[in-house]
Amino acid sequence: MKSVERPSWRGYLFVAPATVYLAVFALLPLGVAGYLALHRWHLLKPEHPFVGGGNFTALWTDPFFRQAVSNTLLYVVLSVPLGVVTALGVAVLVAQPLRGMGLFRTLFYIPAVSSQVALSMVWIWILLPEVGLLNGCVKWLGGAGTTNFLGEPGWALLALVAMSLWIGLGPRMIIFLAGIQSIPGSLFEAAALDGCNAWRRFLHITLPLLAPTMLFVVVTTTIAAFQLFTPVYVMTRGGPRRSTDVLLYHIYQEAWQKLELGMASAQSYVLFAMILVVALVQFRLLRRGWTGVSMN
Amino acid sequence: MTGNMPTRARASPAASRVLRALRTVVVYALLLLIALSTALPLVWMVCTSLHPPHAQLPTMRTLFAPDGWHWDNYSYVFTFAELPIWRFAVNSVLVTAGVVLLQLTLCSLAAYGFARLQFRGRDALFVVFLLTMMVPAQVLIVPLFALVRHLGWLDTYGGLIVPYPYLSTAFGTFLLRQFFVGIPTSLDDAARLDGCSDLRIFWHVILPAAKPALATLAAFAFIWTWTDFYWPMLATSSTTMRTLEVGLSVFKDAYHGTRWPLQMAAAVIVLAPVLLFFLVMQRFFVKGVVLSGLKG
Repeated sequence: MKSVERPSWRGYLFVAPATVYLAVFALLPLGVAGYLALHRWHLLKPEHPFVGGGNFTALWTDPFFRQAVSNTLLYVVLSVPLGVVTALGVAVLVAQPLRGMGLFRTLFYIPAVSSQVALSMVWIWILLPEVGLLNGCVKWLGGAGTTNFLGEPGWALLALVAMSLWIGLGPRMIIFLAGIQSIPGSLFEAAALDGCNAWRRFLHITLPLLAPTMLFVVVTTTIAAFQLFTPVYVMTRGGPRRSTDVLLYHIYQEAWQKLELGMASAQSYVLFAMILVVALVQFRLLRRGWTGVSMN
Repeated sequence: MTGNMPTRARASPAASRVLRALRTVVVYALLLLIALSTALPLVWMVCTSLHPPHAQLPTMRTLFAPDGWHWDNYSYVFTFAELPIWRFAVNSVLVTAGVVLLQLTLCSLAAYGFARLQFRGRDALFVVFLLTMMVPAQVLIVPLFALVRHLGWLDTYGGLIVPYPYLSTAFGTFLLRQFFVGIPTSLDDAARLDGCSDLRIFWHVILPAAKPALATLAAFAFIWTWTDFYWPMLATSSTTMRTLEVGLSVFKDAYHGTRWPLQMAAAVIVLAPVLLFFLVMQRFFVKGVVLSGLKG
């Protein structure tokens, strides 16, 4: 027993491989990205002049980059609250002690583990004018059914939001479900005896006790939303009229089509900073909300 | 059964039974609707893949009644000269297996060090591990690409596998450490009294006891790697080194907007293994949520 507690050099041997690995493939690239961001670094040009904060000031006035930032923020603001609320609702449904819930959970998880390229191909069909599933439903309800959802700037981003709700549903639901199931059943029974209906039990027991789970789901959903890429690449290529040109796709083009690695690194750092700031704000707000509720 | 029982709880048993049945019906109806939305695209994909190769896009009416079921679409896709799908499959299997093995090795060794051994700076190092989880992979991609190019690993299995786990080394270490901490130390102590070294304890005591956690990490790493698109797209340039996910995107671009049945056959081929894997392993996905301490 004592031998476990004694400091020893053997610990270093065990953590060394992963530490070296992270140093080489995470920390070193992070530093290199910072170095590149301070240079004008074209992949195929021999000289890489130092420009200091030049890349960042250029980004500040670049209308296309600004649009990519606002597209990304709009996507985050729409998809995160909707994604969290729908997943929580579905988790409450599958938490009911009814038959067949296991099957439903499995079905809901399927999009999350599927190939995003394949799913994007299906969504292209869903959103097509005339023959698509969505327009088919519109027609059935008596509408024209000719909207080209991926071809109109207003619709394309909304379509990506809808797809994100659908893809992320399973994992978010499972996390909420684990949270709901860890709440002692006696609390609900006591509340029911006191005459609380289901909605009030949800509001006053489930929701406050789920606060830590909520924080985790909100933060991870947000981080994932900032990193939207594959559906954009397969379905819209940033169009129409740059309306779905989100940051990660923008960075992809800067780096691998224009080959401006310095500028792309600067953009990645802006993305990194945005994620950090938003995650920190969420930590602050949700933690306060949590303690506030539990004190009542 | 005290005197302050609310009157509503004493509503007639028949009425409350009807209410409960009604609620059950509503819950099932909602769940069925959602399940339809997550399953229907897959059904559409499979049905479309069996339509005549030159057929128009199916509508909801023609989906289940094509002009003959064309199973030969699959043999066509499998033998399509420009897209060696078998080769893609082999690549996906090799890359995924490599990443999962590397991941399990690095993470389990580090997790043992963090969970069981004392050494100076242990907690600080663990915090650094956790902080790397905050760095979006996209910040690292440009420098990683440069690094891999510098090493001459572009378009090789080394380049596809080795820099990969930037996705999840820290997460995996965290997950396994949580589990290792819960394994009773009395087991190690008994082994230590018998003169076992740390490496033997790790191999003969900890790993066998941690099989569910290892399976969970393997399941997550499998899905992430198999369905990843960004890195294999960048790290490969020749057709023979593509993975299934990248190959599917190339296939889609080759047939842009035409020959949907063939596109969908390819999509089904890419999707099927990962869905099967998920169905077999799904309890480990749920376990991961519980293990990482997110129960709320």
